Amino acid sequence: MAQHDGDTGAAAGSELVKSPGREVSPGTAVIAPDAFENPGLPPHSDRVTDLDPKKEKEAERVVAGMFALSIVGTVMAIVAYIVVPIEPGDLNSTRLNNLFVGLGIALALIPIGIGAIHWAKNLMTYVEMTEARHGTRGTEETRAIAANVFTLGNQESGFNRRKLIRNTLIGALALSPLPAVVLFRDLAPAADPVPLLKTTLWDKGIRLAKDPSGTPIKASEVTLGSVFHVIPDNLADAEHPLEEKAKAAVLLMRLKPEDLNVSAGREDWNYDGIVAYSKICTHVGCPVALYEQHTHHLLCPCHQSQFDITQEAAVIFGPAKRPLPQLPITVDAEGYLVARSDFTEPVGPSFWERSL
Amino acid sequence: MSTAAGTATVTEPSANTTPPGPGMRFTGAAANYLDERTSISGIVRELGRKVFPNHWSFMLGEVALYSFIAILLSGTFLTFFFDPSMSHVTYEGSFVPLKGIEMSAAYASTLDITFDIRGGLLMRQVHHWSALLFVASIGLHMLRVFFTGAFRKPRELNWVIGFVLFILAMAEGFTGYSLPDDLLSGNGLRIIDGMVKGFPIVGTWISYLLFGGEFPGTVIVPRLFVLHIMLLPALLIAALGLHLLLMVINKHTHFAGPGRTNDNVVGVPVMPLFAAKAGGFFFVVFGVIVLISSTFTVNPIWNYGPYDPSPVSAGTQPDWYIGFADGALRLIPPGWEFELWGFTVTLSILIPAAILGLFLLAVAVYPFLEAWITGDKREHHMAERPRNAPVRTAIGAAGVVFYGVMWAAASSDLIATHFMLSIEWVTHALQALIILGPIFAYWMTKRICIALQKKDREIALHGYESGRIVRLPGGEYIEVHQPLNEYDRWRLVDYVDYKPLMLRPNARGKISPVQRVRAILSRWFFEDRISPVTRREIESDGHH
Ligand code: FES
Repeated sequence: MAQHDGDTGAAAGSELVKSPGREVSPGTAVIAPDAFENPGLPPHSDRVTDLDPKKEKEAERVVAGMFALSIVGTVMAIVAYIVVPIEPGDLNSTRLNNLFVGLGIALALIPIGIGAIHWAKNLMTYVEMTEARHGTRGTEETRAIAANVFTLGNQESGFNRRKLIRNTLIGALALSPLPAVVLFRDLAPAADPVPLLKTTLWDKGIRLAKDPSGTPIKASEVTLGSVFHVIPDNLADAEHPLEEKAKAAVLLMRLKPEDLNVSAGREDWNYDGIVAYSKICTHVGCPVALYEQHTHHLLCPCHQSQFDITQEAAVIFGPAKRPLPQLPITVDAEGYLVARSDFTEPVGPSFWERSL
Repeated sequence: MSTAAGTATVTEPSANTTPPGPGMRFTGAAANYLDERTSISGIVRELGRKVFPNHWSFMLGEVALYSFIAILLSGTFLTFFFDPSMSHVTYEGSFVPLKGIEMSAAYASTLDITFDIRGGLLMRQVHHWSALLFVASIGLHMLRVFFTGAFRKPRELNWVIGFVLFILAMAEGFTGYSLPDDLLSGNGLRIIDGMVKGFPIVGTWISYLLFGGEFPGTVIVPRLFVLHIMLLPALLIAALGLHLLLMVINKHTHFAGPGRTNDNVVGVPVMPLFAAKAGGFFFVVFGVIVLISSTFTVNPIWNYGPYDPSPVSAGTQPDWYIGFADGALRLIPPGWEFELWGFTVTLSILIPAAILGLFLLAVAVYPFLEAWITGDKREHHMAERPRNAPVRTAIGAAGVVFYGVMWAAASSDLIATHFMLSIEWVTHALQALIILGPIFAYWMTKRICIALQKKDREIALHGYESGRIVRLPGGEYIEVHQPLNEYDRWRLVDYVDYKPLMLRPNARGKISPVQRVRAILSRWFFEDRISPVTRREIESDGHH
């Protein structure tokens, strides 16, 4: 039972180590043979309240005074609850109610604590007590009896002898929680999530509308340097507007056409310098709401990813990897901005099946 | 009342030593009634005069316990009024700026608690402030236990239970934060959703199941509510009970001091002294929480508005204990993502998640690692002074700095605007700091510990510098040293000292690779050790 490291034979100077019949390895600990000996508890020194009856009386008054103060606090809290009502529409009344009820309760609580601690420190008999520790492990006798319980349990049930029973039991127990796992499947609807993540409400001809009013936007309204928070104008009719908005939110900006570096195939995605990009950050999905007009940078407030609108929203800083997806737009017969199609790639954060 | 204040060295409570005296008739009768039905006298005998050691740092765990009670009380009040539903309502309460606005029932009922229930705002703030204090005090308590080596045998399991409590506390914090369904908490959930989606193979599905469909859906608030008020508290209370039970079984550690040994515990008895102090301290902690809640606003959800997936405000912060995870995400450089056979692997999420996971794992298993390195199988009941375990203390300091940098990174935008620096500069500085900071902290702390140990040795050997300069007859000046008394010296010399492991071949004449690793770690830990002063050193020192 004793475990030796072999590199130190010195006995440790502790009762807990020398429990009868066994020695516990101190590992690589060094036990100096000429270490100092514990001098024992220093002599006790009395407190002023032990020596001076006047101080003792004073301390007594402080403690009782604290407890009395607490009673005042309790009364104050109840009175404040009644006399400082909350007036509908008046923010200040809420604040005052909070303040006075709170102060009353704090006054009811804190003095109880201070009084009790003062009592303990100055008036209660101060005995420095010493209590022996005993090794945490049970006595050898107790352990032997406990071990015997397991032995008897094994013998009388034949747990280890009847291997067939034991193994099938283990198998049965291991599998039995599986139905509980299966039961959780219906936490979400039956449909596969992947197609949902790849489509949004945008489609050919859907008008770009202002968030939150839903008014469609005319190309002529979008002046140079302006920025619009945009939703699809059919959002209000959607079955799940919040979920749709969480994917379809778009930022609309107008730059000088010559400032835009348009890649091949995207020539007709902007309308005279007006561009629309997904507002959902490609990092973990915060709305990218901050547009710096003079640099044409979009900044995500969550982890500071920055996207350069002149470079088709390429990431120029921060943890995001992919550019914000661009929404191809044009104008309809009445001059309103409309989408040419849905986004051509999934919006928002990356996911495993994203490019499949 | 204060007479027999001797240095009584009571070992066991013995019967019939004190006559009950007047005023105890009712207590006696009540105790008798209970004991005849519950046999409770045994427990009172065991625990009533149990000894608790005194030290200010032992109160950090108490703060955690008491703030948890404040959380339970205020939280119960809130459940009576809160409606954990995401169904749409139009707000008609008394907060004028939001009148007539569409929102979830959860947000509306939180506004009602705030503006239409007397004391409701107070209870919300008590709940939030005590939750912040709860996590903070658990963290400080863990640091105390770590830096004093109070996790060593037989307390390793209780360290792990405490670690679980820390994780549960953060989970409680996050689930609670999400319940009001305001703009901030909704954006927090959206970040979680984005992170979950970044996990290979299962991510998309876990997010889908968690939110009951696409984000945000209509079920996440009620689901988090059930976790927040039932499952997590049940686990927390069970782990807390175990934690306290093991503390009673193992008895509290105490710092080295005259009369204190590894085989005893020196302190004050539970009845009445410790009970009065601890009970009093509970009222102080609770009272201070209420005082802060009545004067300082926390989480003013009415300013944020209901959740809407489109708006967001800059400079918003998660609760402090989530900051380190948010900061870790911010420190990742651009472009950490690739495709493998058409699947998307999002390293910008997986790497910080792995780093955080490993960091937490290292915290959880540290006691076992150190026990393996020292090979020490003895029980340790003396809290160590941090300087006397320089490498452990240095590792702890490195960990604190690592956590601190991630935490600071969660406020990188605020740091940038406040000090008028560019966000790029701040981020790059923090990226450098997260690697260099812990290394520097490790090196620095170890130096300081060893310097302090050397100074302790000096003092133990030669006494304190008295500041008194004397001129010797020969014209030489010396400073008079004041010798230590034996009690003060004992505090300086009573600590455990380890030497590096010497590799020895085993019975088959081989040195196993595992032993080699252990020897390397052991050398790392103990090669610079400073041994405690011994008697012989003092004696031989007196001769020159
Ligand atoms: S969500 Fe935009 S940077 Fe993280």
